Amino acid sequence: MSKPESYKLTHLQELEAESVHVIREVASEFENPVMMYSIGKDSSVMVKLAQKAFAPGKIPFPLLHVDSNWKFKEMIKFRDDFCQANEINLIVHKNKEGVKQGIGPFTHGSKIHTETMKTHSLLQALDLHEFDAAFGGARRDEEKSRAKERIFSFRDNFHQWDPKNQRPELWNLYNTEVHRGESIRVFPISNWTELDVWQYIRQEKIPIVPLYFAKPREVVDVDGQLILLDDERMPQELATKKTVRTVRFRTLGCYPLTGAVESEADTIEKIIEEMMTETQSERTTRVIDFDQDGSMEQKKREGYF
Amino acid sequence: MMSTHNTPTHQHTNLPTKKIEDFLAQDEKKDLLRLLTAGSVDDGKSTLIGRLLNDSKRLYDDQLETLVRDSKRVGNAGEEIDYALLLDGLKAEREQGITIDVAYRYFSTSKRKFIIADTPGHEQYTRNMVTGASTAHLAIVLIDARKGVITQTKRHSFLISLLGIKHVIVAVNKMDLVDYQRDIFEQIRSDYLEFTTRLSIPDIQFVPLSALKGDNIVDRGENMPWYRGNSIMNLLEDISISGDRNFIDFRFPIQLVSRPNSEYRGFGGRIASGVIRRGDEVVALPSGISSRVESIESMGNTVDFAFPPQSVMLTLEDEIDLSRGDMLIRKNNQPQIERHFEAMLVWMDEADLDLNKQFLLKHTTQKVKARVDAIRYGVDVNTLQRSETKTFELNQIGRVVLTSTRPLLFDSYEKNRQTGSFILIDPLTHNTSAVGMIINRVHPEKLPSKIAHKWSKETNRSLVTTKERETQLSQKAMTYWITGLHASGKNDVAYDLERYLFDLGKTVIVLNGRMLRSGLNRELGFEKADRDENLRRVAEMTKLLNDQGLIVIAVFISPDKDTRVQVKEIIGAAHYKEIFINTSIEDCQARDTEGLYNKAAKGKIRYFPGVDSHYESGTADVIVDNLDQVKIQDLV
Repeated sequence: MSKPESYKLTHLQELEAESVHVIREVASEFENPVMMYSIGKDSSVMVKLAQKAFAPGKIPFPLLHVDSNWKFKEMIKFRDDFCQANEINLIVHKNKEGVKQGIGPFTHGSKIHTETMKTHSLLQALDLHEFDAAFGGARRDEEKSRAKERIFSFRDNFHQWDPKNQRPELWNLYNTEVHRGESIRVFPISNWTELDVWQYIRQEKIPIVPLYFAKPREVVDVDGQLILLDDERMPQELATKKTVRTVRFRTLGCYPLTGAVESEADTIEKIIEEMMTETQSERTTRVIDFDQDGSMEQKKREGYF
Repeated sequence: MMSTHNTPTHQHTNLPTKKIEDFLAQDEKKDLLRLLTAGSVDDGKSTLIGRLLNDSKRLYDDQLETLVRDSKRVGNAGEEIDYALLLDGLKAEREQGITIDVAYRYFSTSKRKFIIADTPGHEQYTRNMVTGASTAHLAIVLIDARKGVITQTKRHSFLISLLGIKHVIVAVNKMDLVDYQRDIFEQIRSDYLEFTTRLSIPDIQFVPLSALKGDNIVDRGENMPWYRGNSIMNLLEDISISGDRNFIDFRFPIQLVSRPNSEYRGFGGRIASGVIRRGDEVVALPSGISSRVESIESMGNTVDFAFPPQSVMLTLEDEIDLSRGDMLIRKNNQPQIERHFEAMLVWMDEADLDLNKQFLLKHTTQKVKARVDAIRYGVDVNTLQRSETKTFELNQIGRVVLTSTRPLLFDSYEKNRQTGSFILIDPLTHNTSAVGMIINRVHPEKLPSKIAHKWSKETNRSLVTTKERETQLSQKAMTYWITGLHASGKNDVAYDLERYLFDLGKTVIVLNGRMLRSGLNRELGFEKADRDENLRRVAEMTKLLNDQGLIVIAVFISPDKDTRVQVKEIIGAAHYKEIFINTSIEDCQARDTEGLYNKAAKGKIRYFPGVDSHYESGTADVIVDNLDQVKIQDLV
């Protein structure tokens, strides 16, 4: 028998084992789970973990993308190609009422857009399909208020999170009990850091949206954020200010609300190097975080991931 | 439309500028250490964590910017940076100035990756500390050098020991405020070691510290030349934790069964303990059927062996019917298989423990119903004194006896953190009411299975007494408890007795299993805990009827002596007469028109008295040995 030294796991293997356990637990304990799919790198890692959890079988639950109608075009293409190639059951939900009213960040501002097309739209989708568990790709190291969130995070009938009344979570014994209408948000990669995610993408050769890699792109400087000229919906007075710069995106969301950074990083290694040596954490390019202090916590209480 | 923020700048910090591939190759090999920090903000705990994060170069500058901004507004550290604000994420907590929940922090050094569970020091939040401790390999206990070993230190150390953390670093902080005096540090060390002789923490190390000034956090510093040990960071990087895992007792709780096609049947789960190899013989519990491991898949790759805490998928050589909650083990290394066990419980619910409530118990991948039968004692976390207590309130810790409806496959928590731990979930509110660590000492048959509880005299405010009712009905309120094997003739005797008493002008009622189970108790099953619950309700109901002056004839197999004693206790000895119908098992089988004995013999019914379980006699007031010769009037 081998010595205990050979029974070692690297941190990534240990995180992987934990995440797979969590994903399997949800598939076993809930009647109607769904995996939130944002098309971002964290989602891509989460989907990979789900594939591993059920290999050689298929993922036994659908993926849900809440399409705010303002995502980068490349994201949508990546989504459709990826899901088709991997035989993934994908549900796309748009807030039809919002689309009809023409809600968008340029005309209505980031707050109303996010509330209507993301937060409200997500809740619509969860109610429509009566999901009792929804996976999210959030990590605790992303943002202060997330550091305290459980892996299994209870939501009441109104999808609200009560940070003062969370269920104790011990060992790997997760309390999955819910009444009808209540649900659990599950964060299988809670304990992963941004570096872990990139390393894993590199190690597992996980495909990600090309927007993460630097290349010359047409952008507009809007109040200090470099916004991609992604379609004709950008107001003319902004669009005329376009310049070509070599940029990439650290996070992906609605294109008018997600700033690019100037970068030469066109490989994963270069991205990691840039990340290790640069000084701003990733969420600074998400415009919505700057609305008010504690804003992410506020959004989470309201049901946003 | 959008708020203003500067384009991110690209200042380079002084990280090693090695080639990124080298960095990644090194980084991939790091292991993961989970640690808990225990202590209050007053001890400088948040400052210590802030330092660890900062000094390991993991604090991004923009987080620092936010911090400087926040410090000016609500900070408690004067003009200096308040590291605590970095950690206390939630608004409500910032306003109260205390951390109230577990927060997880991440940092890494060139040797290891770390996850810190940051938990509060205040007494009312014991449950959070227990939560953080449950997954930790190591704990840092902070002591304020000016205060020494105080009640809070003892409380934290007790919880660390209770949750089975094997490594403790005692950080004696604020040494700068005691002029870095060595004897103060040494005194604290000996006080702490004296206290912890009562606990079980195998590895304890001490570091004198000034978190504020940075002494002995990463570097030794120059203020304490008398200290020759390691800095906190060095200890964290070097402590070996691989020996803490259990590689001996193979336990594989089945989490799910995967059947992607008719060829493949995989059993998914996380290895709780032990090592398993391809070709190894395994036994499935509870069925006891054995087979061999045909293949092991780990993350989509086929491997030769697997160990904890890996998540894997196993296939077996034989087709065995296994489902979630079952367990694979090795032939000569079995866990305990019991429905009755003792545990240390930490109560986590705002509502007190109710001994009559049936909880959901989650253990490994199994979920069963369970009840707390009895409280052995409560532990005062501050003094470690044991005391008698009737219930547990929030944050109470103590030793209890539990019974579950189905047997659990467990080891003691001491031996196995994964198979020795469980949570209790309230069936109505779904709160996690308690968490438990199983103790492996007492033989289950010696444990009390408690169904009785003390009746409160206050519950009945009627102006009419039982005595008056009895007088009006010209009878004495009695319960005739008719017990014996299935088909022993209990009901024949009961209905004869009813007719006899009725004809005498008495008011009498017969209760039997069929009547109760078709309605009032219809959700109850036939396993021990449910049968006990059935009888408990019958006894309570019988008591209510007796209180109204009525005569009750209760017809129940009630094979357990212990349970009948408790039934008698509920009804009251003065109103209770037990009649045992002692028909032989052969005669019972012959009389059995429903064929239940047949079914039980084939294993279709479990726990059937006379077949796979016993009837315990020895408590009857009257024994009927021969049905044909019984004289009804002699029974009353």
